[in-house]
Amino acid sequence: MNTPTPQPERPDDRLLDRREYVGVTEVSGPIVALNGIHNVGYNELVEIGDGRGNLRLGMTLEVSEGAAIAQVFEGTSGLRLSSTRVRFRGEPLTITVSPEILGRAFDGLGRPADGSPEPSGEERDVNGLPVNPTARDYPRKFIQTGISAIDGMNTLVRGQKLPIFSGSGLPHRQIVAQITRQAKIVGEDAPFAVVFAGMGIKHDEAMFYLRSFEESGAMGRVVAYLSLADAPSVERRITPRAALTAAEYLAFDLGMHVLVILTDMTNYCEALREISTQRQEIPSRKGYPGYLYSDLASIYERAGMIIGRQGSITQVPVVSMPNDDISHPVPDLSGYITEGQIVLERDLDQRGIYPPIAGLPSLSRLMKDGIGEGMTRADHAHLASQLFAGYAQVKNIRALASVIGEEELSTLDQTYLQFGETFERKFLSQGIDEDRSITQTLDLGWEVLSVLPREELHRITEEEIRKYYGK
Amino acid sequence: MSERIVGTVKRVVGPVIEAVCTDDAEMLELVYVGEHRLIGEVVRIRQRSAWVQVYEDTTGLRPGAPVYGTGEPLSVELGPGLVGGIYDGVQRPLDVLRARTGDFISKGVHAPAIDRDKRWHFVPQVQAPCPVTGGMVIGAVRETDAILHKIMLPPSVAGELIHIATEGDYLVEDVIGRVRTVEGETDVTLFQRWPVRVSRPYAERLPQSQPLITGQRVVDTLFPVARGGVVVVPGGFGTGKTMIQHALAKWCDADLVVYIGCGERGNEMTEVLTDFPKLIDPRTGKSLMDRTILIANTSNMPVAAREASIYTGITIAEYFRDMGYSVAVMADSTSRWAEALRELSGRMEEMPADEGFPAYLPTRLAEFYERAGMVKTLAGDEASITTIGAVSPPGGDFSEPVTQHTKRFIRTFWALDKQLANARHYPAISWRDSYSEYVDDVSEWWEKKTHGEWRSLRAGILSIMQREARLERVVKLVGADVLPDSQRLVLDVASLFKNAFLQQNAYDKVDAFCVAEKQYLMLKIIIVYYEHATEAIAHGTALATLNKLDVMRDMMQMKFECGNEDIPKLRDLLARVERAVREYSNTPA
Ligand SMILES: Nc1ncnc2c1ncn2[C@@H]1O[C@H](COP(=O)(O)OP(=O)(O)OP(=O)(O)O)[C@@H](O)[C@H]1O
Ligand SMILES: [Mg+2]
Repeated sequence: MNTPTPQPERPDDRLLDRREYVGVTEVSGPIVALNGIHNVGYNELVEIGDGRGNLRLGMTLEVSEGAAIAQVFEGTSGLRLSSTRVRFRGEPLTITVSPEILGRAFDGLGRPADGSPEPSGEERDVNGLPVNPTARDYPRKFIQTGISAIDGMNTLVRGQKLPIFSGSGLPHRQIVAQITRQAKIVGEDAPFAVVFAGMGIKHDEAMFYLRSFEESGAMGRVVAYLSLADAPSVERRITPRAALTAAEYLAFDLGMHVLVILTDMTNYCEALREISTQRQEIPSRKGYPGYLYSDLASIYERAGMIIGRQGSITQVPVVSMPNDDISHPVPDLSGYITEGQIVLERDLDQRGIYPPIAGLPSLSRLMKDGIGEGMTRADHAHLASQLFAGYAQVKNIRALASVIGEEELSTLDQTYLQFGETFERKFLSQGIDEDRSITQTLDLGWEVLSVLPREELHRITEEEIRKYYGK
Repeated sequence: MSERIVGTVKRVVGPVIEAVCTDDAEMLELVYVGEHRLIGEVVRIRQRSAWVQVYEDTTGLRPGAPVYGTGEPLSVELGPGLVGGIYDGVQRPLDVLRARTGDFISKGVHAPAIDRDKRWHFVPQVQAPCPVTGGMVIGAVRETDAILHKIMLPPSVAGELIHIATEGDYLVEDVIGRVRTVEGETDVTLFQRWPVRVSRPYAERLPQSQPLITGQRVVDTLFPVARGGVVVVPGGFGTGKTMIQHALAKWCDADLVVYIGCGERGNEMTEVLTDFPKLIDPRTGKSLMDRTILIANTSNMPVAAREASIYTGITIAEYFRDMGYSVAVMADSTSRWAEALRELSGRMEEMPADEGFPAYLPTRLAEFYERAGMVKTLAGDEASITTIGAVSPPGGDFSEPVTQHTKRFIRTFWALDKQLANARHYPAISWRDSYSEYVDDVSEWWEKKTHGEWRSLRAGILSIMQREARLERVVKLVGADVLPDSQRLVLDVASLFKNAFLQQNAYDKVDAFCVAEKQYLMLKIIIVYYEHATEAIAHGTALATLNKLDVMRDMMQMKFECGNEDIPKLRDLLARVERAVREYSNTPA
């Protein structure tokens, strides 16, 4: 392969970029089309003036000789074909980063939304760049959330991307708040920050989160990017990217450990679908564009750690499952990208169990390297595996019991039902402010497991039985 | 450097551009686009327009930008220095890119795939002058502890070798041989190029007869794959596709592994990069990295390069096959590749077929899987490529196009089951939905290894599992309590087989990998128990009595307690099981 050297940019490019055009040829949904323009780049920022002195931001989606198609983040309402002024900025959308952003709130495009002035600092392209796989540092550090269902069975590690799959009315908010409040690395006191991206959520929901961060004493270290339900939906395409650009700066430039909350990713995807439909692209499932997977990956993959750099980005996105359907494209594709998922279950919730974290479909893929001797406890992996196996059996037996009736079950099966009940009431269930240590969680696990006869515990060693069973 | 301009950009639609081209542009030609010289490939020419898929991010690219031609198709570099390396989808060395541009991949960076400054110790294996044919081995370089890199003539070079270098240290671009061909004289270097979309030639295809031993019991015993075979592993998210691919990359008895991370997670590549160098190949005693090549085009890297990545991987595999090696290729995940194809096709406004995939999806899949096989190489050796592709069906539904089309071209199907995965039964390969068409091909090999017992043991366990499936239906309606002991025994043995045999924890030091001999003995122990227990129950022994035997626990734990070297321990357990249960078959309780 030849290796040509890049040519220097021609100097007049910059001047031309600033050129302003008056009039567009088409306005359709969030999209405008223009003719008679020159030298405009793909994926670049445009400023659109509505002729009444208001400026809106947009981005080119397609460029060709003499024409361009752009999406307008703030919506197109009130735009007229003839009086709309368009200016091409010749650069992608950027946000400002500096230590000053801590404690601030921005809108979905990264502009101040808290009344304070624009922070001064460096401009960064919101799209970021892919991390070179050889530069990644494999995440292994156990984060104690104080929630047994997570710490014991779906352990979160620093630098992981672990979404919460929720449904309408399920308490993902409380869980996210509890995680942010309680999350810590045992025996370590490193600076941490929270970056919050709110997409299409209601005002009071956003307030709930911000207040809970404040109560946890983290407010001075929170950065919020809010594109709330009443903001134009296309703007959401940028919001998570702005948030992650800030997170990357805090983590990899300032060396902070950053917890990123992205909520709600399903709203984000709907915005993407809207644009795609408007452009009449060929849809894949449920009208979502074929590139939804790649697009989501460009967000979720911006988590992790980098060799030789201090900080880390841990992502806890909230993904709501329309109709509680985990196979809906948004949770489905998310699950294919993230490193596990915490699934909330309506049935548990209706039975008054908080947090209603489903026993079986929840998974943390990075758990294995974060647990065990020296990190949590030597028996952790076997204990968790046995709890999963036992609980899976409970589900089978409950199905059987619904057919033949509980009285007809064998004694062993009835013991399993009792185990299931104890597991849900004692282990899963806990207070909204209850912060359990990992030892408490594991001991509780053994207590629950001891309901089962020891011959049933195939995934535990003899030694572990001697040490913990029935104690 | 070529300054041949073949066109100018007319339209930019994401990773695809349309260019006004001169007559000079060639189909499938490698081109550089715009001032950053982004790597691209011409994928369609129509009248004065050329469509180019661009392997890097096109942000900022403008109409009017020049397109430079190279006159060559998209190719890979093949030579010493590949093993242990990690490349992106168009074979850019990721470690070199990192050294140049830092922790993030920026665009417009070019680096040769093979280090030009490294010297290799070349040992000639022929003397000049001598007649030579394409693909012939003329010398070798010790590339890693595990791989002797044979230096072959390019497949098209034949004639008379008129010069060969003496033993010594050479750069990959140094001329180490010269061949007089009908067209004139050709220099031979330590490396060569090959276009990725064209399969490398071999002398002939051979039938498959040997298993690729993977060390995974459910695979080797129930759903084996032959060397040169093709397998697909479909499964919803989190069911264990990557884990099984990693397990195979670690433990299968291939000489060389090409692992293609196609549109998947960055951390999974990092995991391989950190774990493999520390792991020891049980067969060679060398580091696993010494036989591994990684192609990493993760999900956040450009989508067009993802499309190219599987071709880059398989071409490298063919090159090592041509040296006479048995090569295994893992592609995780081919669905992401198919989606890249769909995206590119959509941007080119082609007519979509099922679910938006282009109509040529099955053809492309067939072409890829056809590059696997057992062959006689041009140099006359027997060699193979075994391909294992993962498929990620939307919603875990196997009726979608990629799974369905792939099924037509493969012969082993390892269906991953969500329910098994949820119960943490790993590997979650369903014994009901999976199949292997290589069983007959490899049974000869196994029969030799097991004193002619493999077929019948396997048939024995399959019949138990089938009866269990039937009984399960009854149990679901009325519970297990009503069944007679003889039938409950079937359920118990099936459960023993699932727990003690099929389940295999990839993280367990002892159990991660299981040699063929251990697999055979474990299976035999379970079958022998079943046979004697059936007898004992027929003689009136209660199943509850048998369940209390000490050997029950030992069978449950045998995979952990008897390592791959503890074969005598397993033989001893076999004897104990026989003794313990046989007691009850003679003296009714
Ligand atoms: N053989 C095994 N031993 C132990 N754990 C396993 C095994 N197979 C799978 N797992 C568990 O299942 C999890 C998911 O597996 P894996 O990452 O291979 O899924 P996948 O099918 O590749 O998912 P995706 O499509 O999202 O990439 C692993 O992180 C691990 O916890
Ligand atoms: Mg995977």
